This record gives sequence, C-alpha cells and structure tokens, in this order.
Amino acid sequence: MTFSPELEARFERFLAKYPADRKRSALIPMLIYGQDEVGSITDEFVEEIAKRVGVTPLEVREVSGFYSMLHHKPMGKYHVQVCTNISCLLTGGEELYERACHKLGLGHKQVSPDGRISLEEVECMGACSWAPAVQINYDFYHDVTPEQLDKLLDGLKAGKDPEQITEVPKVNC
Amino acid sequence: MADLVKFTIDGIELEAPAGTLVIEAAKKNGIEIPSFCYYEGYSLQAACRMCLVEVERMPKMQVACTLPVGPGMVVRTNTPQIQAARKGTLEFLLGNHPLDCPVCDKGGECELQDMVFRYGAGESRFTETKIHVDEQQWSPVVFYDAPRCILCFRCVRACDEGMGVGALGVINRGAVSLIAPNMQDHLNCDECGQCIDICPVGALTSGTYRYQTRPWEMEHVGTICTHCSDGCKTTLGVRHEQIMRGNNRDRSGINGEFLCVKGRYAFDFYDHAERLQTPMVRNVAGKLEPASWSKALEVVAKKFGEIKARGGRFGIVGSNHTTNEENFYLQKFARECLGTNNIDHRRTGDVTTLVDALSGTSGTLATTADLYEKKAFLIIGADLSIEHPFLAFQIRANYRHHQAHVYTVTADEVREEKTAVRAIRKPRFQEFDALPELRDALAAEPNLVILFGDSVKGEDVRKLVAFGESLGIPVSYCALVDYSNSRGAIDMGLTPELLPGYHASGTPGLNVGEMLAATDLDAFWVIGENPLENAKLSTKRPFVVVQDMFLTETAQKADVVLPSASAYEKNGTVTNGCGEVQKLKRAVSMLGTKPDLEIIGLIAKEMGFAPRMGPWLPDTVFNEIRKAVKGYDIPLPAITLGAQQTMPVNGRVGVQTNPDLVASAHENLFTSGTLGRYSKILNSVIEKRANQ
Amino acid sequence: MYNSPSPLEVQVLTRRFRLPNSHSIETYLQNDGYKAVEKALGMSQEDIINEVKASGLRGRGGAGFPTGMKWGFVPRTSPKPKYIMVNGDESEPGTCKDRLLMQYDPHQLIEGIIIAGQAVGAEQGYIYIRGEFRYLIEHMDRAIAEAYQRGFLGANIFGSGKTFHLATHSGAGAYECGEESALLESFEGKRGNPRIRPPFPAVAGAYQCPTILNNVETYCAVPSIILNGAAHFAGLGSPKNGGTRLFCLSGHVNKPGVYELPMGFNLMRMINEVGGGVRGGKKLKAVIPGGSSCPVLKADECDLAMDFDSVAAAKSMLGSGGVVVMDEDTCMVKAALRIMRFYAHESCGWCIPCREGTTWLRKLLQRFHDGMGTKSDIVLIGDLSKNMLGRTFCPLGDAAAMPTIAFVEKFRDEFEAHLDGKPCPYEKSSKLVAA
Ligand SMILES: Cc1cc2nc3c(=O)[nH]c(=O)nc-3n(C[C@H](O)[C@H](O)[C@H](O)COP(=O)(O)O)c2cc1C
Ligand code: SF4
Ligand code: FES
Repeated sequence: MTFSPELEARFERFLAKYPADRKRSALIPMLIYGQDEVGSITDEFVEEIAKRVGVTPLEVREVSGFYSMLHHKPMGKYHVQVCTNISCLLTGGEELYERACHKLGLGHKQVSPDGRISLEEVECMGACSWAPAVQINYDFYHDVTPEQLDKLLDGLKAGKDPEQITEVPKVNC
Repeated sequence: MADLVKFTIDGIELEAPAGTLVIEAAKKNGIEIPSFCYYEGYSLQAACRMCLVEVERMPKMQVACTLPVGPGMVVRTNTPQIQAARKGTLEFLLGNHPLDCPVCDKGGECELQDMVFRYGAGESRFTETKIHVDEQQWSPVVFYDAPRCILCFRCVRACDEGMGVGALGVINRGAVSLIAPNMQDHLNCDECGQCIDICPVGALTSGTYRYQTRPWEMEHVGTICTHCSDGCKTTLGVRHEQIMRGNNRDRSGINGEFLCVKGRYAFDFYDHAERLQTPMVRNVAGKLEPASWSKALEVVAKKFGEIKARGGRFGIVGSNHTTNEENFYLQKFARECLGTNNIDHRRTGDVTTLVDALSGTSGTLATTADLYEKKAFLIIGADLSIEHPFLAFQIRANYRHHQAHVYTVTADEVREEKTAVRAIRKPRFQEFDALPELRDALAAEPNLVILFGDSVKGEDVRKLVAFGESLGIPVSYCALVDYSNSRGAIDMGLTPELLPGYHASGTPGLNVGEMLAATDLDAFWVIGENPLENAKLSTKRPFVVVQDMFLTETAQKADVVLPSASAYEKNGTVTNGCGEVQKLKRAVSMLGTKPDLEIIGLIAKEMGFAPRMGPWLPDTVFNEIRKAVKGYDIPLPAITLGAQQTMPVNGRVGVQTNPDLVASAHENLFTSGTLGRYSKILNSVIEKRANQ
Repeated sequence: MYNSPSPLEVQVLTRRFRLPNSHSIETYLQNDGYKAVEKALGMSQEDIINEVKASGLRGRGGAGFPTGMKWGFVPRTSPKPKYIMVNGDESEPGTCKDRLLMQYDPHQLIEGIIIAGQAVGAEQGYIYIRGEFRYLIEHMDRAIAEAYQRGFLGANIFGSGKTFHLATHSGAGAYECGEESALLESFEGKRGNPRIRPPFPAVAGAYQCPTILNNVETYCAVPSIILNGAAHFAGLGSPKNGGTRLFCLSGHVNKPGVYELPMGFNLMRMINEVGGGVRGGKKLKAVIPGGSSCPVLKADECDLAMDFDSVAAAKSMLGSGGVVVMDEDTCMVKAALRIMRFYAHESCGWCIPCREGTTWLRKLLQRFHDGMGTKSDIVLIGDLSKNMLGRTFCPLGDAAAMPTIAFVEKFRDEFEAHLDGKPCPYEKSSKLVAA
C-alpha cells in the first residue's frame, strides 16, 4: 500500500517521537492521520499499519474499533458533526442535528450518495461555552444558529467547500 | 521464599506468603469468592467485579482478585453489602445475556448459571430489547455466540498468554464490544479449543460437541491421549458407549487443563466408518474375507506353530501407541515363546543413547513439571509448539510466571523464539555448532533443561551430555519422541538388541529395516504399526499377521488381520517422553475388537503357551514389568491418578544402538500418522487451512 | 476572541490571552515567559516540588488531587527513564478550557511541562490531545518547534546541560482516554481500557516508567507559582485550594464563556455577575458545577464557594470546571437521559457494572422519557445507579451513576410527571403520542 509523500513523512515523524522499541505508540496517530488520506480504516490499511508498528492486524483492529473517530467505512468528504451533549442540548444542539438530518436527508453516520457529505451526532467536543457547536471535519463552528447551519449545509450541498461559505466562518479557538 | 503474612478472612485467621491475592488465599482455605475474569495463571483483569470484598479500614469495597494480602488485613466476603453487589452485577450481566439455558451447550456447567443460582438475581427487571448478534463459526471447532459472551477476556488470554498464538481479540467499545478472531471472520490458530474450555458461559462452543448432549448425561473417564509423547491426560465424556468430547477441566494429570487439538478432538478416529470390527483371513482366492475370532486366531497359531517348529524366521514389529503391558507381553512372547529377538518398533528419538550417556554423570531426565519450574531451557532442533504442544505450553507458562530463560537452536523459525533470550538458526544436524557461543550464557544459569529432537542422536547425544556436564550447573534432559508410548516401547525392550530395562539381549535380532530387507522371513507380525506404508517386504510371500484398527497399507498385505482396540478402549500404562508412567482407562468398547494384549494372549494360549505367558491382565503384566524394568516399581496408587517418572536404567547400557534407525515422523499439530488420517476433525481442520 | 472578559476575573493563567499574537514565543518572552523555568533550573528537585505543594495547587483535570504531592510520589532514583504526560483530552461534557490555554498561550504550557520535567528528572514529555482538536495539535507542534529553535527544548535546554524533549500525541475519539491510566494505554497504542492500580503512574506510567500525569491547566499554573512564589498563588484561592481556575460557563446564561476566577468564587455570583444571569430572565432550576460527572445542584444549593472542598461538602464535585446552567424550562429527565447516553457511548466496556449499567440505564431513561415508564422504573433507575456506584473498575462508572442518582433524588417530581404515557411537560413539539 502506498501513501502520499506528505503522509509518509508524517508517519516517519510520528515513529520518531517514541522510543525505538515503542513504535506501537504511533499506532493511533497513524490511524487517524492515515484515515484522512485513505478514507477509512480499510483492511489493507490495517495490514500495512500493523506491519509498520510491529503488531498483528488483529491488534490494530482491536484498537481501531475502540475509537469513535476511526471509521471502518468512508465518511463524506465533509463530515458534519453536530454535538447534542448537555451544553449543546440546552442551547439547541438537538434541533440543529434534526435540522441537519432533514436538510441532508441523512441519519447518524450516513453518507450522501455522491460521497460529499456525511452526518454524525457526536458527543461533547469541548465547545460548551460556545454551544451549540458543529464540526466539519476538524474545523469548529461555534454558537451555531439554525440559519447558519442552513447556510453551511446549503453551501456544501451546492458543491462549495466550507472555506467558500464565508458567511459562516470556522472558529478554531 | 516470600515471608508469611497473617490476616483474617471471615473471622478465620490465616497465613499466606506475601503477595498472595486475597481471592487465592480464600480459595485455599475453602472460602469461595466468586469471579469470572480472574483465572489462575493468566494476567489479572479486575473486570467482572464479582469478587468484591470488604476490607477493614478501606472505605470502598475492594476487588479480591488484584488485592494482595497484607499483615493484619481483615477481609469479609459475605456481608449484606457484598451480597447486594454480587446480585447487582449478575443482574447487569443477565440484562443482555440470552436466557436460553435449556438449549445452551454450557447448561449444567455454566459458571454464570451457577452463580445466579448461588447469589441470586434470578428475577430480571430488564425489559428493554437485548442486543442481538448472529452466531459465527470461526473454525471447524470454534463457534462464537456473542450475546452470551460476558466479556471476561479469559479466551483472549488463554490464546495469547497460554498458547502464544494471540488469535483472539476484543473489538468495538462498551456494550457492543465483541470477541473477534484474527482473520476477520475466522481463526488461524492452533485450534486447541482452550478458549472454548475456559469460557465460563456458552459463548464459545465446540464444533464437535455442540448440541449433542448434556454434561450430566455423560460418564467422564480420565485417560491419556494417544497422539503425541507429551502424555496429556484427557477426560472423555462418554454417553452410550460413544465419546462425546475430550477435555481436562478438573485439571488432574500432568497437563492441568491443557489440551491441544489432537488431545481434545482427535479421539474421533475410533468410530471412523472404516474401523475394522471383524478379523479377516485371506482366502484361497487371495482375498481378505471376514472370519470369526476363533477361526482367525486358529489360523495364526497354527501357522506360527509350524514356523517355530521348523525353526523358521519371524519378524515382529510393535508399536509406539500400544501400552507398556502390551509391549512387554509381546517381546516376552517373541523371545520366550517364539524364540526370536527379531522384534523392533519405529524409533523416534535416541532415548537409549541418552540414558546410557547419563550414566555416571550428574545429569537426569527432565519431568514435565521441571519444564514449568526450572530456570533455563535449551531447545535443540525441535519445533516444540508444533510437535510437543504441552511441553511448549509448560515452558511458556514458566516464562510468563518465572521469566524462564529460553535458548533455541533450530533450523527454522519457531514460536519459542518470541520469548527466547537467544535464538540461533542452524541447519539440521549442525545444531551443535551453535553450542560454543551459548556456553557462557548457559553456564551462568542456575539450572538448565535441554530438549532435543531427532537430529541429535548417537555420538551427538554423548557430546551433548558432555557439554551439559561441562557447564557446571544441574542439567536435565529430554529426548523428544513421537506418539504416546515411544519411550515405553524402548523401556519394554521392543528392540532386537535390548531386553526390558535396557539389558542386552545377547544375540541381537533384526531391526525393522533388516526385516524388510530380509529375503527369508517366514512370518511378519505387525502390531499397531504401518511399516509397509512406504516400503516393501523383500521376502516373497511370508505369512503376514497384522493387528490394527484400520486396513492400513500393511494390513492390506496381511494374511490375517486382527482388529484391535484403540487406546480409548483399553486399560494399561503408557510412558511419555519425559519418562512419566500414566494409566490408560477404558472409556468405550468397540464391538468386534480386542486389546492387543488380549490378542497376543489368545495367540499364545492357542499355541499352548498360556502357562508361560501368564494371564493377559494389565495389572498382572505390570507386576512383571515392575520386576523387570528399573524404575517401574511404582506403587499403583501413584499412577492411578497421577504420573510417576522412571529412570529405567542404572549404569551403562550394554549395547550400542544404531543411531541411523532413529527418525521422528515430525507430526505437527494436525497430523498423527495413521490415526490422524482417520480423524474427521483433523482432516476438516487441514482442509480448512488448505482452503485459505 | 473566545468571549469578552469579566471584570471579576483574576487573570493569572489567562493574563496574556488578549495580547496581540498571544501565542507567539516573542509575546510570551516579552511577558515573563520562560523566566520561571530558568529559575527552576537553578532550584533543586525538592524545592520545586515543595513550592508546588505549598501553592495549594490541585489537579484541574477533575479529581483535584494535590499536584505537588503527586509529583513527590515519583521515585527520586529510577533505572528507568521518567516521563511527563499532559492530559489534553478535554472530553468532560461542559469543559472547554484546555483548548484556550493551548491556543492562546501554548508556551505557558510548555514552560510548565519543562518545569515538571525538572522537578522529577524527566527528559521527555508528551501532550495527549483529543483527536477532535486537530488544529490545536498543529498549533502546539508549531509552538514546540519554536521552543526547540530557541534551545528551550532539546539537548542542553537553556544552556543548562539538561535535556528535555516534548511532542504532541493525537487521540482518536474516546472520553475514557481522559482517565489517566486509559490515557497511558491509548498513548501506548492500545485500546483505551484503564489499568489496574496500584501501581499508579508516578511509579509505573508510560511504558511502565515513572510518569507525572496532569491536566493542561495544572501545568499552566506552574510557571506562575515558580515565578511569583507559592504564597502568591495560594493567596489567590481559598484554604487548601490554591490559585485561580478556569470556569467554563455554559447552558442557559446570558454570557457563557471561560472565565478565570479565584478558587472559592461563589457559584451564584458566577452565574449572575460573571455570566450575566439566566438567559431570557428565566428562573434558575439547576446547575451542574463541574462537568457532567458531577451531581446536579438545585437552584437553592447554589450559594456555594466553588472550590474542591466546599462543592464536595455540598455532595457534588468541582470536577473539571464545567459549570452547566439550566433554567426552569429544562427537562431533568431529558438531561439525565442525555448524560447517560454519553456514558453508555463512552464506557470502554471493560467492567460489567459500567458496561451493562450505563447501557441499561440509557435504554430505561429513553423509554421513560418517551412516556413509557412506570413508577417502579423510577426506583429501578436509582437502584441500578447504586449498583454501579463504587463497584466499577474506573471512575467512569461512578461518573455515570452519581449524577443520575442526584437527578432522580432531587427531581423526582419531574420523573413522576413523565409517568403514565404523559408527554414530556417541557417538550413543546413532543414526538409522543399522548396516551
Ligand atoms: C472517565 C474520566 C475522564 C477523564 N477525563 C479527563 C480529561 O479529559 N482531562 C483531564 O485532564 N482529566 C481527565 N480525567 C482525570 C484524569 O484521570 C486525571 O485525574 C487527571 O488528568 C490528573 O491530572 P490533574 O491532577 O492535573 O487533574 C478523567 C477522569 C476520568 C475518570
Ligand atoms: S467468549 Fe467466553 S471466555 Fe471469551 S471473553 Fe467471552 S465470555 Fe469470556
Ligand atoms: S475476578 Fe475480580 S474483578 Fe473479575
């Protein structure tokens, strides 16, 4: 299995972070960064990573199944994550999530037929004071109003990238 | 050793070595602390929370499975708070556990069932829908029913820590966690079935036993596995003269609860459709045709009598599977009645040279217990995990518990290398070249066990013992052999050159190769062996008698075929590779067959040698062995339940034996000579592996 | 900026947050940055630890364990290397402070970590950051690179001849990995199951080597303690609760946000004066004082000093500083359900009471909230929670049980209002078919 030179370089940096006989420490970082490029935790990817960190594929699967950000089937190019945990619940997170379901015609962890958008109801993402919060891939959107959500989702559906939806900027603070 | 600590459990003052876990200390003193995840010998989990106890001056309840006893510690195991906790945890477990006990294989032996019976939670307050997952088949022998799994992780540890295989893991998280096999939807493993045995509930079930019977409908007979020379005890579950399963859950015997795929499942050759159940005699047309026992025996006795009378030549080949009594009786008959030393068997390891070389040295034979207790191991030319799974298991447990030092010198990669302090690769027969570089490390060990395969024989065995002597530390040895009674066959004098107890026979007779090569044999008598599998008799048309369970290549050439009983159908003793004598116990009888001991006895009787031979009762014959073979003077009770090691010789062995005769068949986990060919389960496992 | 400051704040850890380019090493250096570590390099290990002990600093990750004491447990001499592990998992619902500390003042954290390294003689640190904070991982990586460039990290730090390395480590979505021993397992590339303790991380942590493991905020407090002295820090807070703390106000308040307030700050004042009162002029119903694991307080219990001991005396916990405010229109059954959904989703599955208990309670509360509950279910909810309490492998089980018990005990009337097929009284557009 081959990866982009950037990812290869990253893997190398990851492996260099830990003592030489502790390569396994790089497993989870490699899985999550690798997933961004591979699309999901595929069998082939599992085998490859297993080889690189010196564990069995089963040991990799044990790990990959544990972490909720690791997906065994591909999510959309834009993975929309709506938090409905307590602070977001109190400030309308659940409504946002339902709104997103309707607007996208998707349920929890479902992917649009063109593979562009997927939706997930997520647990607290550490944005409680700026609730309700949404994440698209790794970018945060804070104090999201239903109107802003609509703009984001409509934009994505219309083929725009999140950066092009300037009315609703990401807030990675 | 560790200091003794005084403490109190349930008001009883107790003492145990420092470091003892409360759960163990309680158990040793007859106080039960329930547990699912705690399993003696495997790593601690503290996951099931069944073992909570109260400890004075500790605010919260403590898990007894990870808590070492402390001086003055006051433990209570049965307070209302603890009872409530146990009940609460069981109630949680039953929440998702299917209540299908009436159809579950584990019914009657289920630890969950027992605990609910004992600690309550019989009524469920759970009314939500349970999580359902379909049952999966992971291999010919392993099925997994996830909803029944209580996630105690015993199976995972048995496979990883116990077997060194690591074919089971845990996937997902939380309540949807599952046990998973290493190949996505199936297993690639030793198929030992220990995961099934160790499962406290019916989550893992056996492909051969499931849905066949209930534990209480079976009689449980403890006997010895007939496949390899490790000599594991297996407890056969028998119903209506049928063996339903094999396991060793009572942990009796040298192997505790260990069994490999052969020990656990491969008894199944015994009721193969091709099993011989009637004697056969070659008719005038040259075809084997069924005959009565009396007719067949008469033919044999008459012919043997004629040949003896005219001073004809016999060739007799005995077996590595038959009992000590049978082998002793056979050689006695051959030597004393037929007057021949032309008797041999297939030699699979150079035991004779080893016992000879040890004479006058400080070296000894290793016991299977030594493999768990000694500090260092040198494994030469053997793939222990594959050919001697129990010996490998012992050393692995030793490594886990006492950090034993393992050294390997092998031609190919072996599992022991994973835990070895030094692993050297050398082609077969060149293993010796590696010893000098190990010398210093080995000499620094407190003691050592050397295990060697068939590539070390003859002079090399002597050199090896000399090397061991030169280390200046206590060294014990194990010459690895095949099948359940290779060692016993040599001890019993099943060779042309040696009598029982390694006494020289005087005028050596023919060995197997010489028998095959001879052109003037009058009779060729084979008991439980298949020398003509890949070879031919050079003598034209001798009288051939074969005692066997199946119509082997050799039996097909016979004039008379006598159907013999398998190891599971007779009593007697066998001696494992470490020289430990154990008892076989009859579990079933197969219609139409007779134990070889009886067959030999009947032939002798028919020939008029009954008074000379004495009765063919195993115990009577064993009494003779006691007198004839050094070390075998074992009180019967010692081997009724356990094993006793024998050192069959004291002093030098009078004759040199030919090392070229020594060759192991190198049976692996899934093969076992002729028996393996007739085992349905071994064949299905081999087939499955071939298809992957 | 993340939110406007409150005049009531006492800014120690956050004092550089509003400076231009606050995250840059220049800004940091111009504002006392890396002075504490230089001072610490001249101190003995004992002195550093004693200073931290005297400051009354208690862990900001949730349990409030005295930090100096924890550092003191690390064996002085050890043949094994020692590690500094930073808990930046920030996953406790209601908590969003470590994010800001890393974003706005990453060098303060780095400096705190280096000092911790000096205190115990460690040469390597790792910052475990939850996978969702990808931008922060990259942000911290840049800050770490800056520090390496200046010779603050690496071999011969600050020309002292000592070595200290630091790297980030990404998680991948698991609340349980915030628990210290599960974090270590996860760090080692395994499932995030907690470890049997003892041994504690101080003795056998990362790679079974002695390890200090603290929350991001805890390390961030260290430079100020070393620089300004323990007494100064201790004096900011209440007895045995040194310093300030970042409180994350969320829920039904007018001015939600992260505010740095002295330990022992009154909760009512926090809501009304810092947070601008309950949103929409509504009445206060309840407050979760320290993240979702902490038992809820009723409005009349909120006249309370926010430090570890006072909140514990009120039978709740100060936890991770997540203060979740709920107004009179909040359905407590729904709140309890949502929180239980979280714990059931996050239970690692290792031990029976937690794995089965959270799942069963989630199903039960769901049914209950849907109007399908019976009176005996109320008892059952309480019973099951108590059957988890104190019996699980790690505190996650307790964290799920305690708030549930509080919800049922303190708001039983609301549970009763859901009985007999009645729709949720707080749900305007109830999805239920009314009985
Ligand atoms: C289930 C669970 C989740 C936790 N999550 C976090 C977390 O996200 N961040 C954190 O700093 N501590 C968390 N903790 C607390 C840590 O176990 C640990 O006490 C803390 O990191 C120690 O640092 P401190 O002494 O500086 O607080 C959690 C504890 C538990 C039981
Ligand atoms: S399958 Fe059985 S032994 Fe294995 S973890 Fe599940 S319950 Fe335990
Ligand atoms: S036996 Fe102690 S927790 Fe399972």
